[in-house]
Amino acid sequence: MKPWLACLFLLITLTARGESGDYALQAQQVAPDVYVFVGRTEDFSLANGGNIVNTGFIVGTDGLVVIDSGPSLRYGQAMRQAMAAISPLPVVLVINTHHHPDHFLGNQAFERAHLAALPGTIEGIAQDGNAFAENLFRLTGDWMKGTEVVVPSQVLAPGALSVAGRRLQLQALSGHTGTDLAVYDEKSGVLFTGDLVFNQRAPTTPHADMAQWLTALTTLTAWTRQAGFSRLVPGHGPVAMDAAPIVATRAWLQWLQATMRDAARAGLDMTELLARPLPAEFATLPVAASEYRRSVSHLFPAAEQAVLEAGH
Amino acid sequence: MNKTGLWRMLCAALAGLTVLQATAAAADDTVDPLASVRWAQMRAQFTGADPLVFDERVRVIAPEVAENPLQVPVTVDASALPGIEEVVVFADFNPIEQVLRYYPSEVPAYLGFRLKLQQSSPVRAAARTRDGRWHVGGAWVNTVGGGCTAPTGGAAEAGWATHLNEVQGRLWSSGPQAGRLRLRILHPMDTGLIAGTPAFHLDELRFSTPDGRLLMRVQTYEPVATNPVFTLQPGLAEQGIVVEGRDNNGNRLQQRITP
Repeated sequence: MKPWLACLFLLITLTARGESGDYALQAQQVAPDVYVFVGRTEDFSLANGGNIVNTGFIVGTDGLVVIDSGPSLRYGQAMRQAMAAISPLPVVLVINTHHHPDHFLGNQAFERAHLAALPGTIEGIAQDGNAFAENLFRLTGDWMKGTEVVVPSQVLAPGALSVAGRRLQLQALSGHTGTDLAVYDEKSGVLFTGDLVFNQRAPTTPHADMAQWLTALTTLTAWTRQAGFSRLVPGHGPVAMDAAPIVATRAWLQWLQATMRDAARAGLDMTELLARPLPAEFATLPVAASEYRRSVSHLFPAAEQAVLEAGH
Repeated sequence: MNKTGLWRMLCAALAGLTVLQATAAAADDTVDPLASVRWAQMRAQFTGADPLVFDERVRVIAPEVAENPLQVPVTVDASALPGIEEVVVFADFNPIEQVLRYYPSEVPAYLGFRLKLQQSSPVRAAARTRDGRWHVGGAWVNTVGGGCTAPTGGAAEAGWATHLNEVQGRLWSSGPQAGRLRLRILHPMDTGLIAGTPAFHLDELRFSTPDGRLLMRVQTYEPVATNPVFTLQPGLAEQGIVVEGRDNNGNRLQQRITP
């Protein structure tokens, strides 16, 4: 057999075998009765099956509250299995923080009656869910087998929510997407920020509104100053004990915003902006180069339009 | 080392070898440095039997991965090559391969634009010099697809008709980009590949000085992106630049852009 053909076969075999299989989720305890499944700080790939996201759960007195369900049916099932090893209590509520696929495509592993989100998130999942799912099939392949979009049936309202013997504070925000939910568990002092905060990974911006996002970060900072605050669980990256990931997310967003605006004013073309090296401050951040490239595509057109419309 | 590791090393070595071969053959007019299976057909279609050379002076600057296949930014800079009469830009794997043609008369052979890509494809520029020879450059752009047969959003956008052919532009007269013109034209640029939406796109743009000296003519085709943005290097023009154009339905545009 020709060597290149052998290589091709090898590649196909590796892919088909999928390096796919077990997500091997390990629950990390971040506070008494609060656990997080910490994903990798990578892009979606055939190797990681989309396990690049943080999901979590709270063990209440009579049930489990789940925050985000992961990128696939199989991930949702793996969550359930790992949760059952920690507590025999039933899942009573599954919250989707926002409508991005890695946060809701595991919904199918749970009962639809338990799935809950803010109205904008429900709308977003209903509208874009299938397109997101198709894209994840392309990016992660076999791991997505059997995954279908399940739209949450419970509409959440911002404010206090008593569930499973816990009091949660639901903070409705926006900026990463049109509707972003942060969840603060009063008893443990754990703040789940969803994708408004990234830690040690460059933020993603496909549906970002930078001004709203920066405002949301200010609100989240206030939550970390609550007397009982103990941990910050970002949407991606390691769990933190302080507001440092908020500071880092803000720094990245402000840099992006200024870069787009200044480049548009200076008359640069998008190709020139894409060719620029990252500043040293961000160069070693995981996936910074690819997120920068994506963000230029998401954000530069508006900055450029503002300059061209003004005409000077 | 385990077996997989060994294979990976071998594969990497083979890939390296292929690149070396491609580089060595870059000056040969028959071997495509981008190794596209459609090259022979592209050559026949766009340059016929004319003499042709792959030439590094024809630079096609585009992202390796296109985040938005409906708006892939490309800059063609052939300004290092003297005596250019015409530049044709095409994408081998697009359902409509021809993107645009431009004819620089008194300005550098430089044009930035955005195009729709249906799938991963080489994007190429072939520049014809006065001696009749084509000089070809190109770059691979990878995409997850959907650019040409996905709705553009152009004609579907509310109110597009009232803003049709509006020109927004700026001419930079100072700073590092002095002498640069950037403009955005509001047009759906429908490809005609979507059932029920006929082809509707800008046909021609002419850039001139206010006293009527033609600087550059651009012929645009279906793959140019919706509400296209262009970057040109006309040089300092205190009196401004006049852009005139029309689409395939005969709608005209005219605008003078001053610094």
